[in-house]
Amino acid sequence: MTGLRRATTLCGALALVLLVGAERAIADPDTFTDVERGKALATAGDCTACHTVPGGRRFAGGLALQTPFGVIMTPNITPDNATGIGSWSADDFARAMHEGRRPGGTFLYPAFPYPYYTRVTRKDLDAIYAYLRSLAPVDNRVNRNTLPFPFNIRLSMVGWNALFFKPGAFVPDPKRSDEFNRGAYLVEGLGHCGACHTPFNAFGAGKNERYLEGNQIDNWTVPNITNDPHVGLGKWSVDDIVQYLKTGQSRTSLASGPMKDVVENSTSKMPDADLKAIAVYLKERGAAGPSAPAPLPETDARMQVGQAIFVDSCAACHTRAGAGVEHMFPKLAGNVIATQDDPASLIRIVIAGGRAASTDERPTAPAMPSLGFRLSDEQIAAVVTYVRNSWGNAASPVSAETVKALRGRVAGAGD
Amino acid sequence: MARRLPRKDVVIVGLGWTGSILAYELSRSGLEVVALERGPWRDTASDFNIGTAADELRYAVRHDIFLRPKQETLTMRNNPSQTALPIRKWGSFLPGNGVGGAGVHWNGQTWRFLPDDFRIRSHMIERYGEAILPEGNQIQDWPVSYEDLEPHYDKFERVAGISGKAGNIKGEVQPGGNPFEGARERDYPTPPMRQGYAQELFTKAASGMGLHPFPRPSANISIAYTNPYGCSMAPCTYCGFCERFGCANYSKASPQTCVLPALVREPTFEARTECEVMHVNLSGDGKMATGVTYVDASGEEWEQPGDLVLICAYSLFNVRLLLLSGIGRPFDPATGEGVVGRNYAYQTGSGSTAFFEDAKFNPFAAAGSLGAALDDYNSDNFDHGPHGFVGGANITCAYTNGRPILYHPTPRGTPTWGSAWKKAVHDTYQRVTTVGAQGSVMSYRNNYLDLDPTYKDPLGRPLMRMTFDYQDNERKMANWMADRCDEIAKAMGAKTTQIGRLVGPWSVVPYQTTHNTGGTIMGSDPRTSVLNRYLQSWDVPNVFVTGASAFPQNAGYNPTGTVGALTYWALDAIFDYLKSPAPLVQP
Repeated sequence: MTGLRRATTLCGALALVLLVGAERAIADPDTFTDVERGKALATAGDCTACHTVPGGRRFAGGLALQTPFGVIMTPNITPDNATGIGSWSADDFARAMHEGRRPGGTFLYPAFPYPYYTRVTRKDLDAIYAYLRSLAPVDNRVNRNTLPFPFNIRLSMVGWNALFFKPGAFVPDPKRSDEFNRGAYLVEGLGHCGACHTPFNAFGAGKNERYLEGNQIDNWTVPNITNDPHVGLGKWSVDDIVQYLKTGQSRTSLASGPMKDVVENSTSKMPDADLKAIAVYLKERGAAGPSAPAPLPETDARMQVGQAIFVDSCAACHTRAGAGVEHMFPKLAGNVIATQDDPASLIRIVIAGGRAASTDERPTAPAMPSLGFRLSDEQIAAVVTYVRNSWGNAASPVSAETVKALRGRVAGAGD
Repeated sequence: MARRLPRKDVVIVGLGWTGSILAYELSRSGLEVVALERGPWRDTASDFNIGTAADELRYAVRHDIFLRPKQETLTMRNNPSQTALPIRKWGSFLPGNGVGGAGVHWNGQTWRFLPDDFRIRSHMIERYGEAILPEGNQIQDWPVSYEDLEPHYDKFERVAGISGKAGNIKGEVQPGGNPFEGARERDYPTPPMRQGYAQELFTKAASGMGLHPFPRPSANISIAYTNPYGCSMAPCTYCGFCERFGCANYSKASPQTCVLPALVREPTFEARTECEVMHVNLSGDGKMATGVTYVDASGEEWEQPGDLVLICAYSLFNVRLLLLSGIGRPFDPATGEGVVGRNYAYQTGSGSTAFFEDAKFNPFAAAGSLGAALDDYNSDNFDHGPHGFVGGANITCAYTNGRPILYHPTPRGTPTWGSAWKKAVHDTYQRVTTVGAQGSVMSYRNNYLDLDPTYKDPLGRPLMRMTFDYQDNERKMANWMADRCDEIAKAMGAKTTQIGRLVGPWSVVPYQTTHNTGGTIMGSDPRTSVLNRYLQSWDVPNVFVTGASAFPQNAGYNPTGTVGALTYWALDAIFDYLKSPAPLVQP
């Protein structure tokens, strides 16, 4: 993009701001510190994940989000006048983030997580706005009307918002530490962790009563991240969580699936203090989860079949004792992904493989190959059941039907 | 007509061990680096899936990750009186193809050369007099010493995570290690691999004979390890699929496991695969490189200008690229003048196969560098006076694999098919081991590389011609080593042994070793070397050439450790060069 064009855009934006007569102080988009702060905030919000097509121009949109209601194409948020948010004022931007509405008042879908962003302060939004305006405008027109009837009627969001959306600011808890409140602000607001980690209701809204208790996204298990000792972060220290977010790895786990992208684009680039605040908040806010079942006995036929397959196909990397290899192959003993109620990730990784996150500190990004080509549904069910009930793990057995259904959805989905 | 691309600071030809290390270090310093690799991209997870990587037919027999002779081959003859013919199926050696190069399919033996190896000519003359040097030899001292390279050996061993036991730390001999090795600053980064039963027998027998066995240094590493670049490796599972294979377990050191994960994160680095470099471009006066010309996968020709050109292909192809580019004067065996192609050398193999009565060696529990070795007969660790040869060998008892298609040893005289053959395979598989000697090859006027007058590649460029045969010195050395191996095999308790000697001319057909060296050798005199002591071209100072093509002659070891050390040694020099671009050594 040319300097001339950017200058024109900025002038246009300023003119517009003056025209609408902003009531509050608007961040000056040329302020370097605001732009830098906005960049850090956009990183914390992982805007890249949804607004950038793999291999495409940053923030130019066009990524197809698969929702239960149909495909939603993410918008271009570069400051391009015709196809992006070049003509938006800071107020327009704040309204989108806080209320889920575009300039002119039309509704955005909550695939854009404004129910979380509503808690972000205006000051932070202005900084993000300043940062986005500092980017090169990219001419990329995105078809924003891809949902089928009746979901294509944006006005239906009036009802959805009335039922499920509570606009409002973040309110710190005065009884908690500053660090806890900083963590809460990041997790509940910009980080929009609940958008994946909280189960949905039939209308695609987060079940607030089960906040952060786990979900399934794109056939990956999104684990419980309350402080629950069986399926949540109960056995993770604050430092484990910080290391996981920073490097993509903890003592037991490697980030993969959608969380790989979150770590690579967002958390690995956040300041340590913010990561620690997130960890403190997640550890201190409480625990919720199902009580641990009794493990299946070793004599169970499924366990015996599963063990035989494990020894042949898994033990070379994960070891007979399920101990894994540090920084390379996840430890399965005590691994919370293994003991979630939802076995989707385990099944999916066996069928289609998976690759871990690559970060500056841990660049290797080891991968598990797909073994779906040589293991049957019954064999996968057995080995997954074995992993879920060995070395101190305990979780419900998995049936071949569950594997079959998931195989149908992830076939050829090697990461 | 080649289309011209934007200039880069550094153009690297070949993305194997040396290319990837230099690319990482230089791009990390902020330089714009492009690496051109004629083969495909290769990645552990995508290309070496554990469910399919152990496919002996695909990789070991059908050479899936090797260079296809259709892409490039050599013509070969034993001496200048013969007409060279093209190699149409790789045999004696197996050049790699693709990102990682030969560093993907190697076995993983990672040696340091001995201090005497670097000044072998002076040392032999000092100790035995000029008469010990063989007829027609061009043996040269290296322009670097072991001491020069020690910190760089150390750096490479750290990056590769090598498993081993030091024998000499700061001059103190360490029990259980190799007492003959040069002094090292510190031990290997990871402990030695677990040895098998055959290695136990070898170690016991050799110790009883007053020899000094030790676990072979290995790039198939023994424990989980993270290298200084942040790249992590997992412990070897002893599956025996190393040589000719990519490692699916992230256990064998390779550019894929040790360098590329960090390299691809560097924003100023770019790799272009399936790009064949045609030649290095020179300025009008021929004194500076201006970049390279290459052909991409669609046949399109490009000119890539660059300030610095690093030639990091496999040793043989480094030599050919210099010949095709007109850098340095080609060696002429008739006059002994010229340098490019000079001192091509190889490796000898000999030994003893030991058949036991009741042993159960489990050869399938193997790894490329799993084994016990001794250096009592390497370099000048023994008195050469009575023997009339120069050079030596490392002697080892090892299992690199027990794979079903190619590993079925039988005693001599067994039919090669039918029920008698099957019975012999069945009887022998668990009860046989070998004591082998991998030996040095000296340099000679009649062993050299040049461009073939007849045969061309698909791009119309002359193939390279190899003129090579073992000389009497090498045969004498290898056969003397075979007798030493046989003594040890007998002491191990073998019921019968069979000696494997080096007889007749070298043949290009059976696999022997991929340790081709020389052709762009480093030296102190531009009349007898292509590169100065920093691997910088004497003629074109913004060209550096890495790899075993720089060895003045070959030692009794696998080359990769020394190739790695020379790379880090050259890296320091390249940074010096960048500060003031000029020849680093005045001829």
